[in-house]
Amino acid sequence: MKTGFSLARIGAILIKEFIQMRRDRMTFAMMIGIPVLQLILFSYAINSDPRHLPSAIIDRDHSAFSRSVVTAFANSTFVDFTIAPDSPEEAEAAMAAGKINFIFEIPENFGRDIARGTRPQMLVIADATDPSASSGALAAAGEIINTGLAREFTGALAGLAAGPPPIEVVLQRRYNPAGITQYNIIPGLLGIILTMTMTLMTAVALTRETERGTMENLLAMPARPVEVMIGKVAPYVLVGYIQIIVVLNAGRILFDIPFEGSKILFLWVSTLYILVNLLIGFLFSTVARTQMQAMQMMVFLLLPQILLSGFMFPFRGMPLWAQWLGEILPATHYMRLVRGIMLKGSDRADLLADIWPLLALIAVVSILAMVRYRRTLD
Amino acid sequence: MTAQGVQTEPQPVIDVRGMTKIYGTRKVVDNFDLRVPKGAVYGFLGPNGSGKTTTLRMICGLLKPEDGAGTCLGWDVITQSDKIKTQVGYMTQRFSLWEDLTIGENLHFVARMYGLDNRAERVTTALDSLGLSERKNQLAGTLSGGWKQRLALSACMLHDPKLLLLDEPTAGVDPKARREFWETIHELSDQGVTILVSTHYMDEAVQCDFIAYIAYGKKLIDGPSDTIASQIGLTTWKVEGTGLGVLSKALKSTPGIEQVARFGTSLHVSGPDKKALKAAIAPWRNTADLHWTQTTSGLEEAFIHLMKEVKDNFA
Ligand SMILES: Nc1ncnc2c1ncn2[C@@H]1O[C@H](COP(=O)(O)OP(=O)(O)OP(=O)(O)O)[C@@H](O)[C@H]1O
Ligand SMILES: [Mg+2]
Repeated sequence: MKTGFSLARIGAILIKEFIQMRRDRMTFAMMIGIPVLQLILFSYAINSDPRHLPSAIIDRDHSAFSRSVVTAFANSTFVDFTIAPDSPEEAEAAMAAGKINFIFEIPENFGRDIARGTRPQMLVIADATDPSASSGALAAAGEIINTGLAREFTGALAGLAAGPPPIEVVLQRRYNPAGITQYNIIPGLLGIILTMTMTLMTAVALTRETERGTMENLLAMPARPVEVMIGKVAPYVLVGYIQIIVVLNAGRILFDIPFEGSKILFLWVSTLYILVNLLIGFLFSTVARTQMQAMQMMVFLLLPQILLSGFMFPFRGMPLWAQWLGEILPATHYMRLVRGIMLKGSDRADLLADIWPLLALIAVVSILAMVRYRRTLD
Repeated sequence: MTAQGVQTEPQPVIDVRGMTKIYGTRKVVDNFDLRVPKGAVYGFLGPNGSGKTTTLRMICGLLKPEDGAGTCLGWDVITQSDKIKTQVGYMTQRFSLWEDLTIGENLHFVARMYGLDNRAERVTTALDSLGLSERKNQLAGTLSGGWKQRLALSACMLHDPKLLLLDEPTAGVDPKARREFWETIHELSDQGVTILVSTHYMDEAVQCDFIAYIAYGKKLIDGPSDTIASQIGLTTWKVEGTGLGVLSKALKSTPGIEQVARFGTSLHVSGPDKKALKAAIAPWRNTADLHWTQTTSGLEEAFIHLMKEVKDNFA
């Protein structure tokens, strides 16, 4: 037998690996499928220049000038005026619930003051929890207003076009006045870290038993599937809590992230989110035949959770279909909840819209896992 | 130890009919019937790959048969395997306890899964009778092969099951431990526990009250163990003397002789046809150094005969 470097041996291993790879259909499908699918999915969904951000307009003037400004913003495609609330309170509530990114408020006598050249103020309130979502629109605001009004500066008013900017834009950033990106990233990161670790922990739960041969013993004992599921999921809830504590304290110490809302509520929604992820992992392990397959499924889910949840790119800036996809993902809802509680101090009523999807996911995933659970070795 | 009183028991502990398991296109277990009376030690024999493990798994609900029906401990094997599992102790052929748990932790886990009372006491008793008390904190994965078997055996008996399904429980176990194991089996049987045990060892087969022999998924024969050989109708001659090695070779190539096997200082020569066998050995009958006597055929001869009769339709 030759003991030196052997191409034949490398060939032998190579062939073996190819055979095994071809046998493992799931891996094969993933290897081909993941890149193609995700490339298509994300190259269209990702948009670093978010447009059509939902906004509220409060027009107290109703003059030709105010209408021109509104039209100019609408035409700019930076924002879409989705609601026209009657009061600032109503608008603020919509912002707290995460339904809109901007509030534009045009004061009374706006048109008259422009004509007089007294430069009225226009208020723009931006939800700055995600600075990247608002920055583009804010940077362009002055220009948009000027182009909008230019059309009105005809005849007697033509002189105004040449003078100083006809109005003053007053900008207020809500929730993250300094526009610090960490304020947005830390809650998002928490969601991603939890989904990664929690799903992974339980994704190998059953496949590990199968691979080690202990499944035969487990199945021979009188345990109901739901008992196995709870028993496998529960211990990791504690691990999740520890991760939350670590991330939050790191955020506080390193970046001075504020914590505006209720800690109890936060613990509550975090528990829901941890459970969703653990259950998804468990579901994967009922579907996968090997630990490897289970881990691949987890990675497959991780990518959209990073890209479509509002973590990497502003959620409202994504195309509509991507937003729909994002709404199915638990990370999307958790990030909204965490941003709401930590930065906005939102209460339960504000957050209900993102709590029930998590509850629904827990129910659906558990049921699927129970349906998929194999009670025999077949 | 024998089946006294057993036959009067009306309801067998295992009573399955027509059990069939198909993998791909192969009938791995084919129309298998089995009746095991209460308190019996029932030996389950057959060559490698004949379907013993598969059958045991179907009985305790670990595999779904493609066909067949019946009861186990009075419960339906297809629909009530949850109930069956509570009363069955199944020892897997391959070690299937948790290697990353200690010996003690494994036993405690099993005890908890069956919801046993006096858990600490039961585990201590099990550890003591195993002789593993001192090593209870050792990881199960670091035990030697034989010790793993013994641990698995005591784990599956922890909940005092009414039926034990043991898949080659003594494979790799030393002779002393094997003897102790069979003593335990007979004690349990006397207490009314039913035991279905698969084995490849003939000395274990003869200790069983009943035997079923399976090959290529089909049951070839079953019955009380002392009647198996006579059911088959094999004739065996025993020959003692000198020069048995040379004789053995010569006999093997003689027509009419099916098998020649060495038993200690003697040879057993067997064949299915009494007359043909007698004719075949005739040339050596009067050799001075050899002493010939007709004897009863043993289980081993019987099974080797059975194996030679059936063709291997799926290796
Ligand atoms: N999951 C499976 N898929 C396909 N074939 C299988 C599977 N499990 C078992 N078999 C086949 O079923 C047949 C019976 O296997 P089984 O393990 O029941 O044999 P056995 O009698 O226990 O053998 P041994 O004495 O070696 O333990 C074998 O031919 C085996 O190859
Ligand atoms: Mg077997």
